[in-house]
Amino acid sequence: MSETVFSKPKYLKDAVFHYCPGCGHGITHRLVAEVIEELGIADKSICVPPAGCAVLAYDYFDIDVGEAAHGRGAAVATGIKRVLPDRVVFTYQGDGDMAAIGTAETIHAANRGEKITTIFINNGTYGMTGGQMAPTTLAGQRSTTTPGGRTPSRDGNPLRMSEMLALLDGPVYIERVSVTSPKNIRAAKKAIKKAFQVQISNQGYSLVEVLSPCPTNWKMSPVDSCKWIDEYMTKTFPIGVIKDNTENL
Amino acid sequence: MTEKVLMSGNHVIGEAAVRAGCRFYAGYPITPQNELTEYMAGAMNKLDDGTFIQAESEIAAINMLIGASMAGARVMTSSSSPGVSLKQEGISFLSALELPAVIVNCMRGGPGLGNIAPSQGDYFQATKGGGHGDYKNIVLGPASGQELAEVVTKAFDYADKYRMPVFILLDGMMGQMMEPVVFPEFRDVKTLPERPWKIDGAKGRPSQVIKSLLLDVSVEEAHNWKLFNRYEAIKEEIQMAETYKTEDARLTVIAYGTAARIAKGAVDRARKEGLKAGLLRPVTLWPFPEKYIQETAKNNTEFLVFEMSTGQMLEDVKLSLNGSNKIHFYGRPGGPVSTPVEIFEEIKKHYPE
Repeated sequence: MSETVFSKPKYLKDAVFHYCPGCGHGITHRLVAEVIEELGIADKSICVPPAGCAVLAYDYFDIDVGEAAHGRGAAVATGIKRVLPDRVVFTYQGDGDMAAIGTAETIHAANRGEKITTIFINNGTYGMTGGQMAPTTLAGQRSTTTPGGRTPSRDGNPLRMSEMLALLDGPVYIERVSVTSPKNIRAAKKAIKKAFQVQISNQGYSLVEVLSPCPTNWKMSPVDSCKWIDEYMTKTFPIGVIKDNTENL
Repeated sequence: MTEKVLMSGNHVIGEAAVRAGCRFYAGYPITPQNELTEYMAGAMNKLDDGTFIQAESEIAAINMLIGASMAGARVMTSSSSPGVSLKQEGISFLSALELPAVIVNCMRGGPGLGNIAPSQGDYFQATKGGGHGDYKNIVLGPASGQELAEVVTKAFDYADKYRMPVFILLDGMMGQMMEPVVFPEFRDVKTLPERPWKIDGAKGRPSQVIKSLLLDVSVEEAHNWKLFNRYEAIKEEIQMAETYKTEDARLTVIAYGTAARIAKGAVDRARKEGLKAGLLRPVTLWPFPEKYIQETAKNNTEFLVFEMSTGQMLEDVKLSLNGSNKIHFYGRPGGPVSTPVEIFEEIKKHYPE
C-alpha cells in the first residue's frame, strides 16, 4: 500500500511555474492555495495579482482572478470587495508594485480599513524587469540601477511599508514572515491563514509581508539567498507580528 | 416618466445614473464637477446596495471602477480635464479588459491646470483614445439638461452592450446650468443584462480570469482585431446627430454641446436676416456622425465648424467630407463663451456669395 504524504494543493492549477529556481513566489503561492483549501473559501475567493513577476498568478491559482495595473491592486480590490462584501478578496503584490508605484493606493485602502488581505512579497528588487532598485532594496545592496550599492544619501532609504501601515487605524493585523526554512515557512502559513481569517470575520484590513529570495537578481545561489535574508535583510525588516488588534480568532 | 424638475447638469447626471442602475461611484474633487460627486455621495449612501468612495486620487478612483465593474456593478466616475488626464491609465485598462464603465468629463480650460471656465479642449483626448494602445471610447456630447438625462441611460446601456468605457463629454457651463428635466423611470438592477464574464467567486463553475496581459503576440493581435471589429460595428449602429434647418441651408454650422446651443441662436438670427443657415449637432462624438454630415453635404452647403477650442472636431469633419464641401472654422479656446451674435457674424462672414 502506498500513501500520499505530499501533493500539489487543490487550488493550484496543473501548470509549470515560470518562477526561477529558488524564488520565493512558488512557496508563497503554495501556502496561499493551501490556506484557501483549509478555510474552504475557494468558491468565494478573488485574487488581484500585481504587475511584476507574479502577474501570471492567474495561470496558477484555480480561483477567480482580476488583473490590476501596476500598483493599483488595492484600489481594484476595494472595488471588488465593496460590490461583493461577502467574498474573500486579496491582493498579491511585490515591493515595487505595492511600496513604490502603488504606495498611495495601498495606504489609503489600509487606512479606510478595507476588508481585504494583502500578501506582500518583499524581495528587495524589481525581479521581472531585471533587478533594478526597489523601495525595499537595502542600503549598500547592489542593483542594476545602484551598481555601486544603494547609497541612502543619493537613492533614499529602504521603505518599511508594514511599519508605516501599522501606524494607521484601519489595519487590524500585519505580520512580517520569511520563507527561508521549514520553520519559517510554517510560521508564514500560519500568518497567511490568520490574515484571511481576519477578513472572513469582517475585522478589517490584514497584510502579511513575505521576505522572499530572488537568487537570479541577487546573483546568489538559492541557499545563499536564504542565508542573506536571515542574516542581513531581517536587520532592516525584522520578522514577527507588527500589529495585531484581532479579536476571537 | 416622472414630473418635471429644475436641476443643474451635474445633478442631472447623478440622478440619471442612479435611475439607470449605477451602484458604484468613485471620484475625486475637482471643479467644475464637484456637485456630481456630492450628489453621488448622498444618492449611493441612501441605497442598500450602493457604494460611494471619495478616492485618494483620480487614478485610484478609476481603478476602483475597474474592480467594481469586474465584480458586476454598473459603475461611474466623473472628473474634469486635468483629472481625466490622470485617469487615462485606467481607461486604457477598462478598454483592454472589456469592462463597462461610464466616465463623465465636465471639461474646463486647459492645457495644464488651465482654468475652470467652459471648454471643449478635451475632444481629441476623449474621441481618439487618450491612454495607450489601439482603442476607442464611445463619447456622447449632450447639449441640454434633458438630453443629459437621456444620454446617461444610453451610456450605461452602451457600456454593457459593447463592454467598454463610455464618455459623457460636457463643459462647466452645462454642468452648472439649471434646466427643467423629466427623468426616465428607475431601472430595477435585477433586470440589467447578465455579466457571465464577471468574477464573483468560482461557485458552481470553473474559475475565470479578467486580464489584459497577452504576451503571445498572436493572441494580442487577435484581441486588438476583436476590439477593432467591435468599434466598426458601433460606427454602423449608434451614430447620432440633430439636424436643424439643414434642408435648404447654404451654410451649415457644425457644433456640439454648449457650442451648439450658442450656434442654434445664431442660426435663428441668420434666418431672420434672410440667410439660409442650418445647424448639424453631433450627439455621438465617437462614433463621429459622418453619415449625417455626408447626407447634409449632398445639399450643396458649405460648413462652418464652431468649437470652444482651436479646432479638434474640425479634423473629423474634414475626414467625413474628404474635400467634397468647403469648410470654415471658428473657435475660441481656453474658456471664453461666445455669444450668438458673435457666431451670427461668423455666419455672415462665411455665407456663400
